[in-house]
Amino acid sequence: MSDKIIFATYTDEEILKDGAKKLVSKGVKINEVFSPFPIHGIDPIIGIKNTRLGIMAFLYGLTGLTLATIGMRYFMIVDWPMNIGGKPNFSYLENILAFIPISFEFTVLCAAHGMAITYLLRNKTLPGMPAQNPYPTTTDDRFVIEIRLSENKKHSSEEIQTLLKTTGIECLEEKEYVI
Amino acid sequence: MQKEAAIREPLILGHKTYHDVTEDVCRPIEDKAPRMWYILFGIALIIGTYGVGCIMYLLGTGVGVWGLNKTIGWAWDITNFVWWVGIGHAGTLISAVLLLFRQKWRMAINRSAEAMTIFAVFMAGTFPLIHMGRLWVGYWTLPLPNQFGSLWVNFNSPLLWDVFAISTYLSVSLVFWYIGLIPDFATIRDRAKKPVSKKMYSILSFGWSGRAKHWNRFELVSLVLAGLATPLVFSVHSIVSFDFATSVIPGWHTTIFPPYFVAGAVFSGFAMVQTLLLVMRKAMNLEAYIHTKHIEYMNIVIMVTGSIVGTAYITELFISWYSGVEYESYAFLNRATGPYWWAYWSMMTCNVISPQLMWFRKLRRSLLFTFFISIIVNIGMWFERYVIIVTSLHRDYIPAAWSMHYPSHIDIGIYIGTIGLFFVFFLLFARYFPVLALNEVKTILKSSGESYKNAPDSNSVH
Repeated sequence: MSDKIIFATYTDEEILKDGAKKLVSKGVKINEVFSPFPIHGIDPIIGIKNTRLGIMAFLYGLTGLTLATIGMRYFMIVDWPMNIGGKPNFSYLENILAFIPISFEFTVLCAAHGMAITYLLRNKTLPGMPAQNPYPTTTDDRFVIEIRLSENKKHSSEEIQTLLKTTGIECLEEKEYVI
Repeated sequence: MQKEAAIREPLILGHKTYHDVTEDVCRPIEDKAPRMWYILFGIALIIGTYGVGCIMYLLGTGVGVWGLNKTIGWAWDITNFVWWVGIGHAGTLISAVLLLFRQKWRMAINRSAEAMTIFAVFMAGTFPLIHMGRLWVGYWTLPLPNQFGSLWVNFNSPLLWDVFAISTYLSVSLVFWYIGLIPDFATIRDRAKKPVSKKMYSILSFGWSGRAKHWNRFELVSLVLAGLATPLVFSVHSIVSFDFATSVIPGWHTTIFPPYFVAGAVFSGFAMVQTLLLVMRKAMNLEAYIHTKHIEYMNIVIMVTGSIVGTAYITELFISWYSGVEYESYAFLNRATGPYWWAYWSMMTCNVISPQLMWFRKLRRSLLFTFFISIIVNIGMWFERYVIIVTSLHRDYIPAAWSMHYPSHIDIGIYIGTIGLFFVFFLLFARYFPVLALNEVKTILKSSGESYKNAPDSNSVH
């Protein structure tokens, strides 16, 4: 299946945001926005939901805490209880003070790394991946809106292009893609 | 768009556009390195290699080559360890704590401060590893199943807490730093002309494309990592201080240590950031991004943490007398008037008096003075650790065992060597990595840049 994609380039993120609002109000679906830095407030306009990575970080942290607790209880209480200065290790709870630092560190370790790995996997950004931005300038000072015609059946290519031209774009390009 | 008070000094001077920011940061990477870079790199490499040689000699011969004796079993190794870990506290503090407080001035300095942090923690990590003598059994510090009767590491010991704290701190800082670097590597990748550098930066940038969804995730990940790293920064140096505070040595056995060590770490870390940035901004023409206001903000942090450290010193002295414990009182009296009086008073001068000079606006805005003080502070903070460690140990409970510590040339060689290696890493970073978080700086260009800030209509000015 072939698809046509329109790339509209802007020189300023505020102009892009106003343009995107205009397009969306006319019923055009914006598939992607490429920008050199996060544009605050673009997500609700083009219908991007907030990420749930924060919840994942919490779950990873909880996993870390559980692992640390199970591990330390096994090493210090069950498998090899030490008698230090006549203060034997009978229960985890009685000795918990000594275990707090490592519980904390391990929680942070798991939460941070778990989240970072999930983030890279979800983004599909991994070592050796090819760059997917349409123009190299989008990592410098250009902001690009991507509109796929296959997802905008209600509008013709010309309609969208005339609409885009009223939003203060710098340039426009239509590309054919074979999916 | 976010507006800022008009009287606030702009954070980015001059009339910069987004493209100018990219140019200013990428040019030093794309151009040929200046002669000075090669000279500095050469010097650092020679010193670093000498340090590695000393470490090899130590590992081949044994810890006996250090100037330790039966009374003083810990001296330069742990002093250097704590000193480097302390220096490694500024980066994450700048990027994490200041991110949570929404301090925009952090954006110009966080990248290089974090790099400095990571390299400093590398250097710190060297000392506990080599002081084992048998480096190759370093993995014994991990709770791994083994054939010694399944003998586990001791989770009650602060030394083990340290293993977990330092390794967590190092790896989390590294991840935090790298996640911020990915979009900037993408910028360099898209500008690169030579095939080799294009390939290299393409691998390093993980195929980053700057999609809106990715930026959404990026912002959340940065925020959550900052939230995790903030308590981590405080925990790491608290745990380092537990190495001493949980012992029964007079002079070490004090509850004031954790906050006092954390303040001291931030103090010395910021001083090191100042030392490096004052040179780097000049050498790489980044004066528009890192200017007097940034230096002043950092000097204020130095002043505040320096005052906390000063208060801690005086509290410690008072409590040693007030406690009525004769060993404790003697330990402190001996510090100030004993054979190591010179170390104690160097520490007092460098750490208590010098930061107080920052109360003067003229001084804290003077770049030359800041550079001078930043070096003084780092010397002072090294002496602080030396005083705490060596003076507490050298006269212990039995006068017959009293002794002095004299560093051997290996002690000195390893210490100087780590400084060399640190600069090797930092110079490589300055040469090949974007030293400014350029994509973050672009986000504040309109709210804090000089040409946009007080323009009547910020959209019409370009």
